[in-house]
Order: sequence, then C-alpha cells, then structure tokens
Amino acid sequence: MSFSADSSTRTATRSGWADRAFGFAGGAAAFLTAGLFGWIVWDLIRLGWPHLSWSFFTGEVEDAGRQGGVGPLLISSVLILVCCLVPAVPLGVGCALWLSECVRRGSLTARLVTGGVDLLASVPSIVFGLFGMVFFCQKLGMGFSILSGGLTLAGMILPILVRTTLTALESLPADLRPAAAALGLTRTTSIVRILLPAAMPGIVVGVTLGIGRALSETAALLFTSGYSVRWPESIHDSGRALSVHIYDLALNVANGGPMASSTALVLLALILIINAAAVMLSERWMRRRYHPEA
Amino acid sequence: MTSSKSTTLSRSLDRVFRGVLGLLAAVSGGMVLLIVSYLVTGAWPAIEAGRLAAFFTDERWQPGSARDPQFGVVSMLVGSLLVTLLAVGLATPVGVASAVFHRFYAPPVLERWNRRMLELLIGVPAVVFGFWGLMTVVPLIVRLAPETPGQSLLAGGIVLALMILPIVTLTTQAALQAVPRAQLLAAAGLGLGRARTIWAVALPAARGGIGAGVLLSLARAIGETMAVVLVCGNIPQIPDSLFDPIRPVTSTIALEMGYATASHKALLFCAGLVLVLFTAVFVGWHSFRRQMADTGTGGA
Amino acid sequence: MGNDFSMNSVFSFAVSRKYWVLLGGFSLSLASCSKREAGVETITLTGSSTVAPLVADAAKRYEESHPAVRIEVQSGGSSRGLADAGSGVADLGMVSRALTLEEAKTLKAHRIAADGVCVILHKDNPVAELNRQQLIDIYTKKAVNWSTVGGADAPIVVANKAEGRSTLEVFLHFLGLDNADVKADVVVGENLHVINSVVSNPNTVGYVSIGTAASEAKNGTPIKLVITEGITPSMETVADGTFPITRPLNVVEDAQTSAAAAAFLQFLTSPAIHDLVEKHYFVPVP
Repeated sequence: MSFSADSSTRTATRSGWADRAFGFAGGAAAFLTAGLFGWIVWDLIRLGWPHLSWSFFTGEVEDAGRQGGVGPLLISSVLILVCCLVPAVPLGVGCALWLSECVRRGSLTARLVTGGVDLLASVPSIVFGLFGMVFFCQKLGMGFSILSGGLTLAGMILPILVRTTLTALESLPADLRPAAAALGLTRTTSIVRILLPAAMPGIVVGVTLGIGRALSETAALLFTSGYSVRWPESIHDSGRALSVHIYDLALNVANGGPMASSTALVLLALILIINAAAVMLSERWMRRRYHPEA
Repeated sequence: MTSSKSTTLSRSLDRVFRGVLGLLAAVSGGMVLLIVSYLVTGAWPAIEAGRLAAFFTDERWQPGSARDPQFGVVSMLVGSLLVTLLAVGLATPVGVASAVFHRFYAPPVLERWNRRMLELLIGVPAVVFGFWGLMTVVPLIVRLAPETPGQSLLAGGIVLALMILPIVTLTTQAALQAVPRAQLLAAAGLGLGRARTIWAVALPAARGGIGAGVLLSLARAIGETMAVVLVCGNIPQIPDSLFDPIRPVTSTIALEMGYATASHKALLFCAGLVLVLFTAVFVGWHSFRRQMADTGTGGA
Repeated sequence: MGNDFSMNSVFSFAVSRKYWVLLGGFSLSLASCSKREAGVETITLTGSSTVAPLVADAAKRYEESHPAVRIEVQSGGSSRGLADAGSGVADLGMVSRALTLEEAKTLKAHRIAADGVCVILHKDNPVAELNRQQLIDIYTKKAVNWSTVGGADAPIVVANKAEGRSTLEVFLHFLGLDNADVKADVVVGENLHVINSVVSNPNTVGYVSIGTAASEAKNGTPIKLVITEGITPSMETVADGTFPITRPLNVVEDAQTSAAAAAFLQFLTSPAIHDLVEKHYFVPVP
C-alpha cells in the first residue's frame, strides 16, 4: 500500500493552457529545488569524497579532526537521536491527539497549548542550548551528556511533531469518527485502531522532519552533549555530535574544511539510512494494523 | 456478564487514556513556559537595571563600548523580521508549486524520490548551508553589485529560504495528500480540468495544512542561528536595500553569548526574550485570524 | 462486537510493547545515577573555542600516562570558561585573552601559549603592507577606497570581529580605538569566518589569529598576511616579541582546584606540550 497519489488524479482531463502553465511552474520549482540541493551536495562530494574511507567511519578523531575518522561521533549522534525521539514522539503525537480528539477546537485550553507549541518552534536553537545546559545539565544533574543533549533536542522537534500529526488528524475524512462511534467503539479503540493508523503517513513525515532537524542541530548540542570525542560508554557520557564536529571543523580548526565536508557526507548517509528505516517500520506497522492476523 | 465487565473496563481505560493524552499535551504546551521563565531569570539583572527601555530607544548596539554603551535592539528585530519574511516569501511559492507538481503531475516514483531528497535536505546542518552561502551565494552577489560587502539581507534570505523549503514542500505535500480522493474525483466528474481542480478544490482544502507548514517554517526561520550568522553581515542597522548587511537577533546571541561578561550576558538574554515575545505576538495573531476564519466558515 | 473491539484495543497496546520496553529502559537509565567507576577522577575544562582543540589534544596525551584520570574538554567561548571555573561547574576554564582586574580577583590565569593577531587580505589585492595609521583610517572609514592606501580602485569592505572576542580587544587596543569608533561593513565571529569572508569578497580586510591564517595560506587558501608596522607576521616574530599584536592563551583556576586538576595544569604549562602547541600553530611559552 503506497501513500502516493493514485493514477486517477494524475490522468484527470488535461485541458488548455492553464493546465500546462501549472505543470510548467510546478516542474520549474521542483527542478530548482533539486538543482540547488544537487549543487550543495556536489560541493560536499567534491571536497569531502577524497577523504572518505572505511577507517573514516570507524576511526577516532585525531589532530582536532584534521586526521582520523568520526567513529565515536557517529555513535554519539545515534544515541542522542534515540534520547531525543523516545520522549519526543509520544509527547508530540499524544499532544496532537489530545488537541484533535479530546478538546473542542478553539477552546481556551486548546488555544493555549497550540500557542505554546507554536511559540516553542520559534525559540532560537542557541537559547535551547543555554536552557538545556542550565536545566538538564545543572539543575537535574545530568551533566554534559548525550542524555541532556537528546532531551534538549526533544523540546526542539516537539512543535514539528505536534503540527504535522495535528494536520494529519484534522484532514482525516470527517465521517470517520461518527462511523467509529456508531460501531460502538470506545474512544481509545477508535483512536488507536482507526485514527492513528489513518494519520500514520503524516506522523511519519513529522518524525522524519524531526530526525533531520535533530541530527543537523549544532548550537543546542554544543552546550549540552558537549565536545568530547571519546567513544561513548553510556548516555551519561559527553559525546560530540557529527553536526558539532562539522561546525568545529568549518569555523574553528584551520584547514578543517575538507574534513568538514567528509563529515557532512557521513551525516547525510546516516540520515538516509535512518529515514529509510523509519519509513519501513511505519509501513510494516500499517500492514499489521490492517491485517492483524498476518 | 463478560460484556458489561469489559464495558466498564473500556470506560475506565478511556478515562486513563484521555488523562495520559492530557498530560502529554500539558507538558508539550508548558515547555515554552519553562524556557521563557529561564530567559526571564537570565535577563532579570538587565530588566532590574532599567535597560529594557533603552532596548527600544537606543539607536545602536554597542554594549561593550566603555565610552558610549548603547543597547538598541529595534534594528535587530527588524533584521530578523525582514530576513524571515524574505525567506518565507521566496520559499512558499516554490515549495507549494513543487508540491503540486509532485502530487498531480509527476509520476509517483519521482514524488517518492523527491520526498527522500527533501528529508535529506532537512538534515543538512545549518553551518553547511551557511558555509555554502558564504562561498557561493555571496560571491555571486558581489559580482552582481561590486560596491557592496556581499554578506547581506539578500544572501541571508536566499540561504534561509533554501533551509525552510523542505518544510514548506513536505507539509504542503502531506496536506495535498490528505485531501479526500472523493472530492478530487467529484471535481473531475463535474468536468473541471486538472488546473481548475487544483486551484478550486485541492489547494483550498489543503489550506490549513499549508498554513501550518508556513507558520512552522516562519518560526524556524526566525529562530535560525548558525546559517544566518555566516551570510547576513551582522551589522545592526535597518537596511536601505536588499544588498545591505543586517543583523538578526539570533546572530547577536550566537556571536556574543560565548564571550559576554555578566551584565552583557543579561542583555543577550533580554534580546532572546524580546525575540520570543515578538514571535508570540506573531503566532498569536495568526492563530487568532485562523480562529476567526474557522468560526466564519463554521457559521456559514 | 463492541466487546470484540475493546479487547482488540487492549491487544493493540500489547503489540507496541517493544516501545514500552524501550521507554521503560530509558526511564530506568534516567533514574540510575551516573556514578563513575571508583578510582577514576574526572577533570572538566570548559571555555575558549580557540584553546579547546589544543587542550583536548594535550588531555589525550595526559590520559595515556595517567590512566586513572579522565579529562572532559568542552568548548563554548572564553566567558563560559570564566563563568564555569568560577562557579565550580568546571575545574578549569580556558580563556583566550588576559584577565580583567575584576576577573583576576577571583581567578588565577596560567599562560599555556601565545598567539598573534594579524591583518589579512585577499591574495589578489595588490596591497602588501599597512601601518597603524592606515589601519585606523580604514577601520574608522576615513579611508574607503583601496586606492588611498596604494591599492586598486575598489571599495574597502571592513570586517570586524563581534563584541567580546579577544582578537577584537587585542586589535582595537593596538589601534587605540573604542569599538564604538569602528565602522564595519561586516561583523564576524570565528577566525575562519573572517578568512572565508575575505575569500568570498576580495575587497575585504580582516584580522585573525596568525597561526590560523598562516596554515590556511600554506594550504592554498587565497589569502595573505599583511606586514604591519614593518614586521612580517609569523610565529617567529610573535615568539621573539617583535610583532606588535599578541594575546595570551590562558587556563584559569579558582581557589578550590583539586589536586588532579592542579597536576594537569602543571602539565599544560610544561614543555611536554610544546610540540602540540606548535602543531596547533600557536607559540609555546618559554
């Protein structure tokens, strides 16, 4: 089962100049996006590819990053992401479910929560970092750690998750809920069995957006998960994320430029793998929802 | 017997479930309060010293000057606003058009690949965008206008637009996807062409989702730090043209926070607070308008 | 039928038990205290992003000979180093400038290396030398065209460092200017941001750490180090004291430094790291 558009809408009557103009403008926009993206990635490949090797993925950082690899940072980045998603996904999806299913839209509480979440989206990442340092590292005593960094990021990607899930829930066919109620389903059942699976494509978009945002964040992590290039032994260790390493190499380490590009390529590869895994998992989950016996 | 028991069970389950969701929502909505209170605490020394007024009356920003310290933040707020609006203005039409193309014109394979690409694009660190902007966009601007520094409002707007483009496109795509097929088929059945269907049916139906995406990208743009600091030029001034350098509030925090002494630090917290409140007004206005629109259509 | 579905909803909770296991494990690890194994002492340093890479390398070397010591180096800026060392968040702070009188009351600075600050131009800019007065004119916009200081007919784009950076303080001190007098076209933060600003617009003038500029120039970045007051900027002229614009790279401690931290501090100020200092393009302290 694919979420992409069905052929019936694509082959709708092709008529006149308006249709052609629409297609042309859209195609140009899509081409522009792809072109600019290709340009950026090509620059990264041109500078970074020569330094890529297997040992770059597994080796330790040497000479401030001018030599060696990014092995420990790769592990740190993944751990930070896990610490971020584990609290953020239930928070975000739960909040969106509450907003769309449990309160009247437009009520004061709903408006306050939506406003709070929207506002959260606009907090500068560096403010998140400073907040995370004071709140998680110092007040809650977690120190400079992967855990502190992940939790800080969880707050950062929360608005993305809430907004995308909410959009998905709100755009479900209006007759879905009365239909579920008419079948005698409880609220819980209707949410877990009907609404959540139906909104899954939107939620997956939100999660992949969140993953990208979390893995690319620099400012918030510099102050929370820190700068250490050691192999992390637990989530209580400080661990430098790939993005922080890229920042350090690009702006702080003389002649770090090429290695910054290589590290960026590694980061892109990591995101590709994680996103693919997220999509696969969600598709498997959907299949199980619709055919529970299988 | 078993039936009534399970009904009671499911009722209480319902209540627990609702409670859990409410709790999650409270945490999500309340987190911003935690951050604002943290900002207020950090900014308190400056507020107490009565610097807040100077924030809006002083013309320049030179907190470290021994001879003539000034704390004007207005030009930076204007800078944040301009660069954000420019970015959203550039990214929204491109993003929406590209989403429409992939939903209604392109073959499904292309759409899938495009989505993978955009998800990847979101994961490119801001510093990579900033660096690319500095080394690629800025020289182009210098060639276009040789008398200018190159790092400018325009450079910042272009780089930011590129950064939020995936958000606009993906959320629009998701919103278009969610338009009920029946509506599209009905439009086709009425003999509307594809362009008319898109314009008169699909886009209006997806308006809410597109709006949410634009709002999200707007918030993202106004809070963005590491990319704008590399390409905006960071001169706190109200620009006369697109080629003038500007300094967004976030740039100031990023540039100075790591090096500020105690009283200067409080000022930076103050600037952060002002930015968040400024955005609050923005967001509040938007949700107010949305509310109005909702009640409007609800009544009709 | 309703019965069937509500049982299903209970079932569907169980389906996602993998998730709950993950969440449970997560909260457990949250609750567990992060106690390190006994006998390993941790020293934390925070501060200047200029000093951090050097100290991180030195720490690696120190840990090899002291297996019972674990050194955490965190970047984030000189003032973070001062604040953290004073508040006890860190054992030691890294600061890339001399302390003010106020700061010196509570903290003690130990110089681990010296660094020079030099003016840089694009390689294609014909100007090779600028004296102090010319720099003052440029940075106060009395000179706005390169032709007035012996260059081509092109506007001068002035790159200044952001408020609070130690290179800014050192440079303005040399020129005898207050930052309010400086009229910049571009304000930048990190050294490499200055260098790349010059690369991306050849009319730009900026100033950076000599070590960074020299090594970037050596590796083909199209910039050049400008002769100032007749002295060529280099590690040698900084070391022998003839180059006029220099700054110390410090590690600071407060009154309550642990024995382990004091021992590491001793190591940092010893000749044992001189080769590392040079590798990071700084000048060792004799």
